[in-house]
Amino acid sequence: MIRFENVTVTYADAAAPTLDGVDLTVPEGELVLLVGPSGVGKSTLLGAVSGLVPHFTGGTLRGRVTVDGRDTRAHRPRELADVVGTVGQDPLAHFVTDTVEDELAYGMESLGLAPAVMRRRVEETLDLLGLAPLRDRPIATLSGGQRQRVAIGSVLTPHPKVLVLDEPTSALDPAAAEEVLAVLQRLVHDLGTTVLMAEHRLERVVQYADRVVLLPAPGAPVVAGPPAEVMAVSPVHPPVVALGRLAGWDPLPLTVRDARRRAGGLRDRLAGLSPAAASPGSGAAVAAGGGPAAAGRAPVAPSGVRAVLGRLVRGGTAPPAPEPPPAAGAGGAGRTVAGTRALSVRRGRVEALRDVGIGVRAGETVALMGRNGAGKSTLLGALVGLVEPASGSVLVGGRAPHRTAPRELVRHVGLVPQEPRDLLYADTVAAECAAADADAGVAPGACRALVSELLPGVAGDTHPRDLSEGQRLALALAVVLTGRPPLLLLDEPTRGLDYAAKARLARVLGRLAAEGHAIVMATHDVELAAELADRVVVLAEGEVVADGPTHEVVVSSPAFAPQVAKILAPQPWLTVAQVEAAL
Amino acid sequence: MSLRAPGANRSNAVHAGAWWLWALGLAAAASRTTNPLLLGLLVGVAGYVVAARRTDAPWARSYGAFVKLGLAVLVVRLVFSVVLGSPVPGTHPLFTLPEVPLPDWARGVRIGGRVTAEQLVFALYDGAKLAALLICVGAANALANPARLLKSLPGALYEVGVAVVVAMTFAPNMVADVGRLRAARRLRGRPAGGVKAVLQVGLPVLEGALERSVAVAASMDARGYGRTVPVPPAVRHATTVLALGGLLAVCVGAYGLLSASGASYAVPFVAAGVVMAAAGLRLGGRRSVRTRYRPDRWGARSWLVAGSGAVVAALVAGTDPVALHPGVVPLVAPGLPLWPALSVLVGLLPAFVAPLPKESV
Repeated sequence: MIRFENVTVTYADAAAPTLDGVDLTVPEGELVLLVGPSGVGKSTLLGAVSGLVPHFTGGTLRGRVTVDGRDTRAHRPRELADVVGTVGQDPLAHFVTDTVEDELAYGMESLGLAPAVMRRRVEETLDLLGLAPLRDRPIATLSGGQRQRVAIGSVLTPHPKVLVLDEPTSALDPAAAEEVLAVLQRLVHDLGTTVLMAEHRLERVVQYADRVVLLPAPGAPVVAGPPAEVMAVSPVHPPVVALGRLAGWDPLPLTVRDARRRAGGLRDRLAGLSPAAASPGSGAAVAAGGGPAAAGRAPVAPSGVRAVLGRLVRGGTAPPAPEPPPAAGAGGAGRTVAGTRALSVRRGRVEALRDVGIGVRAGETVALMGRNGAGKSTLLGALVGLVEPASGSVLVGGRAPHRTAPRELVRHVGLVPQEPRDLLYADTVAAECAAADADAGVAPGACRALVSELLPGVAGDTHPRDLSEGQRLALALAVVLTGRPPLLLLDEPTRGLDYAAKARLARVLGRLAAEGHAIVMATHDVELAAELADRVVVLAEGEVVADGPTHEVVVSSPAFAPQVAKILAPQPWLTVAQVEAAL
Repeated sequence: MSLRAPGANRSNAVHAGAWWLWALGLAAAASRTTNPLLLGLLVGVAGYVVAARRTDAPWARSYGAFVKLGLAVLVVRLVFSVVLGSPVPGTHPLFTLPEVPLPDWARGVRIGGRVTAEQLVFALYDGAKLAALLICVGAANALANPARLLKSLPGALYEVGVAVVVAMTFAPNMVADVGRLRAARRLRGRPAGGVKAVLQVGLPVLEGALERSVAVAASMDARGYGRTVPVPPAVRHATTVLALGGLLAVCVGAYGLLSASGASYAVPFVAAGVVMAAAGLRLGGRRSVRTRYRPDRWGARSWLVAGSGAVVAALVAGTDPVALHPGVVPLVAPGLPLWPALSVLVGLLPAFVAPLPKESV
């Protein structure tokens, strides 16, 4: 169906070709997963299938790409539109019209299908993707998972033979990701569609793939084969594979189910052991509405009674929450750096947060989880003063953030937004650092020192735009840390990061927590939360529904449990690193 | 009970063009009168229909903005009349502003001076007429889905329509970008207000908009936008000739209409020009392969909506002009002429025949 013959793609101002001599055949009706570290040309390879590379992006393509027998050299993307459907990384940038139904029909209109056919296919697609209740909705009002499904639906209606997807689940919460993957599975099984997709979050997708194509490094030859074989050698792999490699299982399991069936021996070996404490500060937690009344200097002893009382005061809003976190352990009691009490935030008529009370202590890492739109970003915004509380209070370092001058606030709290690029204005890394020093009012060179620590080997005259996703995140982190805020907030830090970049980020954050920074991160990435967080707070519809130590909250939830926890349940292991350290 | 309007869905929606015709009918009626009672009635009719039949869509919220704009126009008209005086003769002086002495060459211009009741009433009537016109346009804007209206364009103009739709979805995105970047400025510890902040945020916003437009262009290309079928050269040339010839004929006709002597040839030229241009558009549409998904259909309800507007315009235009223009010199209290008032009420018809929009959250 898709054939690459000795394909080399070189962009206009690039020193080396992005793809070099790629030979690849994708047979009809297969779901093929494209994996590899950031920057190896996955998006370029996908673009070459739809003809957008090189017709739209520029650059030179040598060799031959044929899709369903059509050579992309002779056919422009619009002439391939009836065979290939493409969904890019950002579904919002994909939409041309304003309502769901029009969007589904748009591609067919362009192809000139008869009105009766269009009507029938729109109805079928609405049912196939479960979009029927949303048919009249403006696209701007949809959630992330709904948008992704509409984007897929909009390329499905012309009945393409090939579907090309670039990171379809990166921006989604675990449940929405499952939803999208179920749809893809159904297309492959029921309609025989050929699917080619790239994805960083392998733990979500690898079990669905018929074949995996690995781009190991820029310019290196492509490795293609059955998922288990490729995963055995792949530098990027999900935790289940890492655990399988560690335990020496052969053939390598790709699903939690397969791994569980083989994990009996491993569970026996681990039976008498217990995971080492994750990081300093673990177990130090203040839960519920009692909150840090005297936030600031006075350390509040988080007694269990108080937490329970707080929960009672808060009323019956929270379903059976986990046990109150244990009282601060010997070395764990940091002072409370921030907290909210009975915090409510409204956006128009929607109550984005209702009666939220959490406290964060120095040296503690808290993961905020919950589905898209649950209020995670709003809570971070309230902690950093971007969002004004409708009622209740927020205190960060003893101040109400929304009433504190920005210049003052950067010394108490820093937020790395979802799109780290928003924080960067300057043309070079060096200029960015100088500006950050001036903004935070610290001695020149402070930011630069942080950058060389977090981003070794990046020259000062590099343009922030030329950095990779992970490097840009590190630069934004350095800029935020310049003011040495005791509270660090991160919004979806691992979006678009490959495993290597994620591991680097985890090391950096672990060190910051050890230095006494309190870290709160909103994330969909259960593996990251399992690795870093001492405590997990789950939000749903603006309310706290669970708040407690990571292993308690995460293990009991099918959506938020990391793969290792699912495999080794009921034992309390969360990450491969813990298992490795114990063995 | 079958006479009750059904719930709105895509199939029975009133054609966007019908809403515009209805609103233009009301506007035409408003432009024929300065009677404040009639104008108030017109605004009331438009407002009632909007309240009864608008949706929760973003464009529907623009009605309030139009009402405010209308009131602003009224106030500005009054202020100008007070400050700059008015040629309306009056015998009821209210107060006298200090007059600014102007040099000889500025004769005819007056700043300050005597303000009479007649002049204020005249300005009020005039301003009310403008405000009513604006509010009628606002009503059309609130009731007709602009994207659907563009979908009704002839095929040859389809590209223009898409460009406008994309632009309309862009504006809210840019506003969101500005908000995000201003928040990011605050995160850097810089004040979010002030001219400097706007300038610093401006560049990244434009960059973001540019990137998004490139992405949308790529997506449109990949989804078959702009696929054409080859057309014979003869058709192509005929299209060009018809379009250019039609434009030229319309220009000549328009000149004739405006000049004193050209009344005889003006109308045929305009008519011929319109016919040629329409034929050109139709032929031009042939090279595009695209079809339309569920276009708005012009059904009985659309006829009623558009017709009610036309009836209001025709009936008001047909009445005795004296009743429509209450006297200013001498000052008389305006009366409500019965027949024009009744005919304006015909404009309420859409509030009963147009399908009821869904209650949205």
